[in-house]
Amino acid sequence: MSARTVSDAPKRLLAQRAAARHGVLDEAVVLTRAECEDVVQRALRASKADACRVSVNSTYDTNVRFADNQMSTSGVTDNASVGITSVVGKRSATVLTNDLSVRGLEQAVAQSEALARLAPEDPESLPELGPQSYVEIPAWFDSTAALSAEDRARAALSALEISRASADLQVAGYIECNASVRATGNSAGLFAFHRSTNADYTLTVRTTDGTGSSWSGANENDWSAIDFRAMATRTIERARASREPRAVEPGRYTVIFEPQASSDFLGAIRGVLGARQADEGRSAMSKPGGGTKLGERILDSRVSLVSDPSDAQVLGAPFDGDGLPLRREVWIENGVLKQLSYDRFWAQRQNQRPTGGGGGFGGGGTKMLGGDSSVDAMIRGTERGVLVTRLWYLRPIDQRTLMYTGLTRDGTFLVENGRISRSIKNFRFNDSPLIMLNKVDAIGPSVRTSGGVFPAIKARDFSFTSLSDAV
Amino acid sequence: MTSRREFLASTGLAASAVALASRRLEASELGSPIITATTEPDAQVRVLLMEGLNAAKLAGASWADVRVQRQRRQNLSTREQQVTNVLDTDTIGVGVRVLVDGTWGFAATRALTTDGVARAARQAVALARANRVARDREVRLAASPAHPNATWKSSYIIDPWSIPVEEKVALLLQANAAAQRVRNVRFVNSSLQFVKEERSYANSEGSVISQDVVRSWVTMSVTAISDDRTMVATRGPEVVQPMGRGWEYVLEADIVNNATVWAEQAREKLTARSVEVGRWDLILHPSQLFLTIHESIGHPTELDRAMGYEANFAGTSFIAPPNDVLGKLTLGPEHLTIRGDRSQPGALATIGYDDDGVQPDEFDIVKNGVFWDYQTTREQAEWLRPWYEKNQMPVRSHGCAYAQSWSDVAFQRMPNVSIVPDQTVDRSWDDIIANTERGIAMIGRASYSIDQQRYNAQFGAQICYEVQNGKIVGQLKDVAYVMRTSEFWNSIDLIGGKSSYELGGTFNDGKGQPSQANAVSHGCPPCRFKDINVINTGVSL
Repeated sequence: MSARTVSDAPKRLLAQRAAARHGVLDEAVVLTRAECEDVVQRALRASKADACRVSVNSTYDTNVRFADNQMSTSGVTDNASVGITSVVGKRSATVLTNDLSVRGLEQAVAQSEALARLAPEDPESLPELGPQSYVEIPAWFDSTAALSAEDRARAALSALEISRASADLQVAGYIECNASVRATGNSAGLFAFHRSTNADYTLTVRTTDGTGSSWSGANENDWSAIDFRAMATRTIERARASREPRAVEPGRYTVIFEPQASSDFLGAIRGVLGARQADEGRSAMSKPGGGTKLGERILDSRVSLVSDPSDAQVLGAPFDGDGLPLRREVWIENGVLKQLSYDRFWAQRQNQRPTGGGGGFGGGGTKMLGGDSSVDAMIRGTERGVLVTRLWYLRPIDQRTLMYTGLTRDGTFLVENGRISRSIKNFRFNDSPLIMLNKVDAIGPSVRTSGGVFPAIKARDFSFTSLSDAV
Repeated sequence: MTSRREFLASTGLAASAVALASRRLEASELGSPIITATTEPDAQVRVLLMEGLNAAKLAGASWADVRVQRQRRQNLSTREQQVTNVLDTDTIGVGVRVLVDGTWGFAATRALTTDGVARAARQAVALARANRVARDREVRLAASPAHPNATWKSSYIIDPWSIPVEEKVALLLQANAAAQRVRNVRFVNSSLQFVKEERSYANSEGSVISQDVVRSWVTMSVTAISDDRTMVATRGPEVVQPMGRGWEYVLEADIVNNATVWAEQAREKLTARSVEVGRWDLILHPSQLFLTIHESIGHPTELDRAMGYEANFAGTSFIAPPNDVLGKLTLGPEHLTIRGDRSQPGALATIGYDDDGVQPDEFDIVKNGVFWDYQTTREQAEWLRPWYEKNQMPVRSHGCAYAQSWSDVAFQRMPNVSIVPDQTVDRSWDDIIANTERGIAMIGRASYSIDQQRYNAQFGAQICYEVQNGKIVGQLKDVAYVMRTSEFWNSIDLIGGKSSYELGGTFNDGKGQPSQANAVSHGCPPCRFKDINVINTGVSL
């Protein structure tokens, strides 16, 4: 067992060790700004099209997976690709390749031009953007980029050691670290560059009697911000508390969603903010009979939803695929729909400002603003309700109402008289974020998850429709 | 003067030749084009494969395999009468997987040089060494014969890359126009997706395998809006099943003529009656049922799930632990047999050799209603040794190892999992409807959701017909069935015959961390299920 005691070191020590290189093997191999500029310029020089846009992506991904109380698979991958969009008149096509050699690049340019010349005209084609200015976003952390295989294995041991020494626990988890570089340039003189690191850790603890399960996750640009030991301790406690769940009748319940559950469910709102679908009368933001809900109160007055790549909890990319700068967008403010998302074409047609992300959700990260409550306070203030750790297998049923179905997973608890009274079986739900966010009781502080920044939320009358025996 | 079409045909061919040639510069110390499909790996690829194996062995691996893989994708998208996307993707690289002291390691790089592959091999060994710190069960691979110089090609006739993009887009726009001519149809989206994989594989036991795989998918989504703009109804987008076939399959799908049918169905759906909740007999068309097979039988019979290897992501399984369920768990009536294979022509998981170097076999997962076997890789087959020996079955992998690209590690993925049609009566869709007093006939996959152990599921459909006294009387809306897996499969009372057997599938089955997509098909005839719980999903805001 001696080899396994390394992770008894405190979290801070783990972070310090993270900086240690393991030979040359674990050095992140991503392109520099100068190398990206070189790729962009080489492609642009080769271009004979009316306009050309070049996007470079360079990534170094490392991961380790563990399950059944032992290591499973692990991997390291380096890749770089270039996407070339050629525009001929109103025709365009994109070729993407991971061959960045001189010849490879020239051929990709030639092939995108050949495809573009033969594609039908796109009446929505717009000229390339000229030079733009971007905010610098400090999303790169050497602590993440320079991790070694030993660092990741040691972090995994923070949970594995405890479970391997306990007869009642079985853990599974995953650590993934990425270093990535994105650049976009075009024939109108635009150039944008951004680099970032990301560390994602998820941990599942199950009890060996098969009746208990809990999960936690952390997503940070900076590896050293993840407290592996604290996550292990908390997840193990919750797994043990979740044993022997009892069936409770499905129906309408007051729910307390932890931030991950909020993220899982409420992220769907992003999908209905597109201006075009709303204007065309086929989204939840369309008014029956014509027009959109812009300016109307659609949610509880405590609900505000923004995207902002500069936000310290987001640290997103400052530009989208066209090279359009992304800024703070306020989509919903105090429950009022303030902004719909516009791609460049639809913005021009409707005389609006493009919000980036090709008319999808802005692309600058998602943040629902937090409130002054907390999960503990929500529990204390609940006579009878259901505490939900996270959700699983969400699928849309109707885009016009944003109805979704899905299930609770990895820790569902009955709250009675201001405290958690017992573990209960998982529920299937059929409900809509647009309905839930009109029945809000309380909002907690916002927390970063892998799906955006969301708070814990307490809401009334959430619709659980059937029971699941799944643990 | 060269027409646009002729020009494209010639440049299309030229482009692929050049794309290969350009790889040569990346692999500068090597000579000729590195991959030629449908023949054994040529000298250049072989050099890379052998270099990876040698470097892994020198670094201390007890076993290794190397995959050089090129994947091309083409996505063409349209809406109404305009093109929204023309995208060609071409990626190539090499992945090296090793076992060191019974622990896995994997590394991948786009650097297709002998130095690049050797470096990846050393990285893979370093990862395995670092992870040795927490492993109990040594990885042991079930025996599998070596396949030196093996080749395989999927059952496509016309390579989609040989067809000009202009012709492809014209077909989509023509189909869109046909749909748009139907009253109330306001929006039409359609797309073509093609995948071509050239896979070269070698392992340290002497296998050297080259495979050529093509997949094609045409989608169309037709949205109708009522005259007063209060009702919206959509048919699609999965109106045609994806297949492991080529351009000939797209032509057979006859989307221009069928677009009118799908559009009429969307229009009719505007006036569909909202369903009454309660128990209904369900007649499930293969285009709907395939997904229920996938979710409720396919996933829970993956052995890694049953053993807890997917606990942190996709989940575990109610069909576990193996000792308690193999040969014991009843999953259906005696006339229900569900089979795994990777050999049905045109099915998406069909392949000559898996990513362990194994030639897959056909195997019964549910045999006469009883759970009989799991999907396995070479690592997993050893875990079931006692069961196989007890039943005098060979201890062998079913050939279910798969990696989505060169950059991903191979692990257990779903083969084609299909219902064996009724062997005694060649029953059709119409026969089953004619035999049903009160029921709902469901066509096309729609909303689907199932829990992480696969007990409780909820499925919708694109089109739901009400059946009364053996006849379709109109469309229903807001229909979803909620099922408990074992009860659902035990309620199957009519299974169609082999003439009504169809494949349904997807390119994008997700599993694993990092998540990988697997393309898989499920074959079945239409089937009837008795007394299933149906809910109404309609609400107003």
